Amino acid sequence: MIREEFALGDSIMHRLDPRLKLLAAAGFSVVVALSKQWAALAAALAGALVLLLITRLPAKAVGRRLLGINTFVSLFWVMLPLSVFGTPLFSVGPVSVSMEGVALAGRLTLKSNSIVMAFMALGATSSIGALGAAMNRLRFPEKLTLLFLLTYRYLFVIQEEYQRLRRAALIRGFTPKTDLHTYRTYAYWVAVLFVRAADRAQRVQHAMICRGFSGRFFTLREFGWTPMDSAWSVTLAAGVTALAVLEWGF
Amino acid sequence: MGFLMGLVELEKIRFSYPGNPPVFSDMSFALKPGEKVGMVGPNGSGKSTLLHMIMGLLKPAAGTLRLFGEKTQTENEFQKARRRIGLLFQNADDQLFSPTVIEDVAFGPLNMGMKPPEARRQALETLEALGLSNHAHRVTHRLSGGEKKLVALATVLVMQPEVLLLDEPTTGLDEATYRRIVDILQKIEAACIIVSHEYDFLALTTRTVYALKDGKVIDSGDSALLHTHYHVHPGGVVPHSHS
Repeated sequence: MIREEFALGDSIMHRLDPRLKLLAAAGFSVVVALSKQWAALAAALAGALVLLLITRLPAKAVGRRLLGINTFVSLFWVMLPLSVFGTPLFSVGPVSVSMEGVALAGRLTLKSNSIVMAFMALGATSSIGALGAAMNRLRFPEKLTLLFLLTYRYLFVIQEEYQRLRRAALIRGFTPKTDLHTYRTYAYWVAVLFVRAADRAQRVQHAMICRGFSGRFFTLREFGWTPMDSAWSVTLAAGVTALAVLEWGF
Repeated sequence: MGFLMGLVELEKIRFSYPGNPPVFSDMSFALKPGEKVGMVGPNGSGKSTLLHMIMGLLKPAAGTLRLFGEKTQTENEFQKARRRIGLLFQNADDQLFSPTVIEDVAFGPLNMGMKPPEARRQALETLEALGLSNHAHRVTHRLSGGEKKLVALATVLVMQPEVLLLDEPTTGLDEATYRRIVDILQKIEAACIIVSHEYDFLALTTRTVYALKDGKVIDSGDSALLHTHYHVHPGGVVPHSHS
């Protein structure tokens, strides 16, 4: 499930303060998501690639994730050129491919790849626990932080419960087919998982109340700000500002 | 009241889950300082319900609950009492919700208003006392079942409770973890209510055993006499012969 394999390295990116990385990734994403200029988008992709190279993350695993996002993006390459109205690039019979559609799909590809790469370099290089603590320290809403941390923790438990249900079905001869029985079985699994998750949520809440939880979330982790963090916060801020300048001028 | 003030006193408690026959009707029970009692009873007899009621997670329909000599009814009153009572849940996964072991153990102390360095120190001390120091920075969901149980116990003991409630603490544990739990419970000074189906475990860790029957708590006597063979072994569960 979530193996946090990217958080294990020892590059400069891994050692940066997670608060800085979280803010930088957020700033970068907002600017890139709002950008339309090709120069800004190309620079963003290059910048994200540089950050990713610094992390020295395993290329294979990075490639697998990029493949995932680009499989999804490829759907837009099928849909947008045909559905966006504009200057025809070429036509095959009654079907015409518009320039505007191709441009939109191109921007979408650049944006999604840049943002995913930036998050791999800046987000995934910290453990989930460290990110949660950073969110807490940056005064993110406490509910959001708790939701983030508890989701991470209990995803594994829910997955185990799912596996138990699946095995229980398999040992009684269940073979998935394209029929009503299969769909009904899947629906039961989902229903049971929801019920069990709700039950568990209540028990976890009880356990938290028993240890004095009253809505305030405290974190044990303490962050040490190093000169390296200062240097990188200037660099990253300059990078994001440069992208904004490329997009909007002065 | 008796010569000793009870830490936990339940008087004429009535409780039922909606749409079901009453779990408790006119139930009374008291736990005195330093007392270690076992609680047995068939599934569904209300053992977990009793523990949850003491913590204020479930509210009785009638009767009085006194904790540390004071009538406890409102959420505010329970919040104060919970600092002095620890509950070990049946399922350790419910209890360990933080990313790492040390953070989970420090959760209680932080809630009690301790500063992070102080909470960290106390958490480390507790882990060390339980022989769990080398797990401090492990990720909670990657612990084994036995390790989870021991860490869950640490998260409760770190708050230095005066009363310890344990809900089937040995279910599904291997021999080694079982022995460590017995060891820890034998050394502990807090008063304990231990819910369990295992008589030999109760014989090793408690003095008196109560049974839940027909919605009431019944004194079953000396825990060591409950079983023809089991009695207190100072050396733990070492194999031995009887002549």
